Amino acid sequence: MSMISLKGIRHSYMPSPTRDEDWALKEMSLEWSDGGAYALLGPSGCGKTTLLNIISGLLTPTQGEIWFDDMNVTNEPADTRNIAQVFQFPVVYDTMSVYDNLAFPLRNRGIDEARVDKRVREIGEMLDLSDRLATRASGLTADGKQKISLGRGLVREDVNVIMFDEPLTVIDPHLKWVLRSKLKELHQRVGATMIYVTHDQTEALTFADQVVVMHDGGVVQIGTPVELFERPKHTFVGHFIGSPGMNVLPCTIDNNQVMFAGQQVQTVNIVGGASVERTEIGIRPEFVSFCENGLAVNIVKVIDVGRARIVEVRHAGHNIKMLVSEDTPLPGAETFIQFAPAHTHVYVDGWLVGGD
Amino acid sequence: MAVKTTNQKAWFFVLPVIVLVAFNAVIPLMTVVNYSVQETFGNNVFFFEGVKWFADVLHSERFHASLLRQLAFTATILAIEIPLGVAIALTMPKKGVWVSVCLVLMALPLLIPWNVVGAMWNIFALPEIGLLGRVINSIGIDYNFTQDPVSAWVTTVLMDVWHWTSLVVLLAYAGLRSIPDAYFQAAKIDGAGSWAVFRHIQLPKMKRVLTIAVLLRLMDSFMIYTEPFVLTGGGPGNTTTFLSIDLVKIALGQFDLGPAAAMSLIYFLIVLLLCWVFYTLMMKNEDQ
Repeated sequence: MSMISLKGIRHSYMPSPTRDEDWALKEMSLEWSDGGAYALLGPSGCGKTTLLNIISGLLTPTQGEIWFDDMNVTNEPADTRNIAQVFQFPVVYDTMSVYDNLAFPLRNRGIDEARVDKRVREIGEMLDLSDRLATRASGLTADGKQKISLGRGLVREDVNVIMFDEPLTVIDPHLKWVLRSKLKELHQRVGATMIYVTHDQTEALTFADQVVVMHDGGVVQIGTPVELFERPKHTFVGHFIGSPGMNVLPCTIDNNQVMFAGQQVQTVNIVGGASVERTEIGIRPEFVSFCENGLAVNIVKVIDVGRARIVEVRHAGHNIKMLVSEDTPLPGAETFIQFAPAHTHVYVDGWLVGGD
Repeated sequence: MAVKTTNQKAWFFVLPVIVLVAFNAVIPLMTVVNYSVQETFGNNVFFFEGVKWFADVLHSERFHASLLRQLAFTATILAIEIPLGVAIALTMPKKGVWVSVCLVLMALPLLIPWNVVGAMWNIFALPEIGLLGRVINSIGIDYNFTQDPVSAWVTTVLMDVWHWTSLVVLLAYAGLRSIPDAYFQAAKIDGAGSWAVFRHIQLPKMKRVLTIAVLLRLMDSFMIYTEPFVLTGGGPGNTTTFLSIDLVKIALGQFDLGPAAAMSLIYFLIVLLLCWVFYTLMMKNEDQ
């Protein structure tokens, strides 16, 4: 168990990176506290797996250092870092039984058979694999195999951090939920730090206490699910998290007043003075509502999503999405909408003003 | 209600294949079956003999001897080529320009016609003028494959290893390359040494391609003819006379059509049986 600190980590897969795009992982410093449940969330190719492999020691960063508590492990190989990793596709040793699979990491470390047996049975119990310990691992279904991968990590008592690289990709939908709650339960029971990589916001938000959102090789925001929802630091976060994502509308700033399509908008924050940079307002569909007198819009599209409706409206060439409950009566094709001032934010060049 | 359309025209599309198979497999095989139960003294006159030739072949010392030689040869080359091929595949580079270079080098022996391989090794191994023969003799080992049975055997085996190990290498390499990186990463994290990685990841994942490699080498080596025929002609004496060389001697040398036909059927059944046994053994526990 330890706190993991990344100090000025930067990584490139090229031998001599020069341009900004050459870096798969832009410079970052991060701390992961002991026992936390983290999610690394971002679209494919944003550098999540690279970051994960750097922590696990499968990759050595081009620059920067990794510390586990007060030990610099930057040049330590994966097997001495005491980490566990569950991969996207289940990795099991086909020719071995479930028992031998779980025992493998312990036997490799020369632990005596009595201890191995005790641990394997304990972990088998924890993962509901007890009745299948004697069967061959290759005969299990995908979720069983993922449990074995996880078990091979848990079986070591000294494990610092368990990392999951999109572990539910190949799992059937109805089992995803089961396995996810199992992970949650294990986290509470084992108390090890867990880092969960995913591009699925539901997985990230349900699993983690802290979500790290990545975009283009950099960390955009770290926060609790509520923070990410209510105060996205970047329009990307607003757009990526939430269903549908945040509305991002171009605006101008005039005499300390935020103007969208010629109309003044009340916002939480404001940028002082006139600005030449790209300015936008961000407002979640949940906080847009119909009203008697506001922004004149036409309704373009209505999508029923069960308990709510997504209504797409148009004003002066800008499409705005709103999420209204199913019992809200829909007005006629031409109507008015308003933004909740407490949830309307101004972004400059994509970043939330006053967001630090 | 299910409507089943019957369209007999489909048979016409299968017809070319049936004709092809009939001409290149069924008819020749049946001709052999026909010969195997008859005796002829030429002039296209045949007498029915029943299973006499089969009994003769099965009791013949000559057949036993060449079958034994054949089994020894096949076992030897399998025992050398499979481990050697896997070992070479393991040491081949995984990426970069050297991959293509290695693959081309490996493929070269496979591209050489069989009789050329025999001729090459014949000249290469000649004790007086061949490079190999001269070198071996010059270091004090008495080596002459045209007169000494041990030398003849060593040369034949060496030639086959040179010619066919590449096939095993290419198959094993393909099998190795298809293992996802995650397995090696997991093994690293689990603290597995290189032997454990080989034993528990690489070898099991190569099982299918190695099965194919063993079957191909088994069948091919069991039917080997051209290379030893060109190299040693089956000699000295009969020491490198394998089944197919013996068969040709009987069928074309002595023109004993009946015994030769019976022998080739037995030969065919042995190959079939061996392949079945190997396949069943290697595929046991698969898909459980």
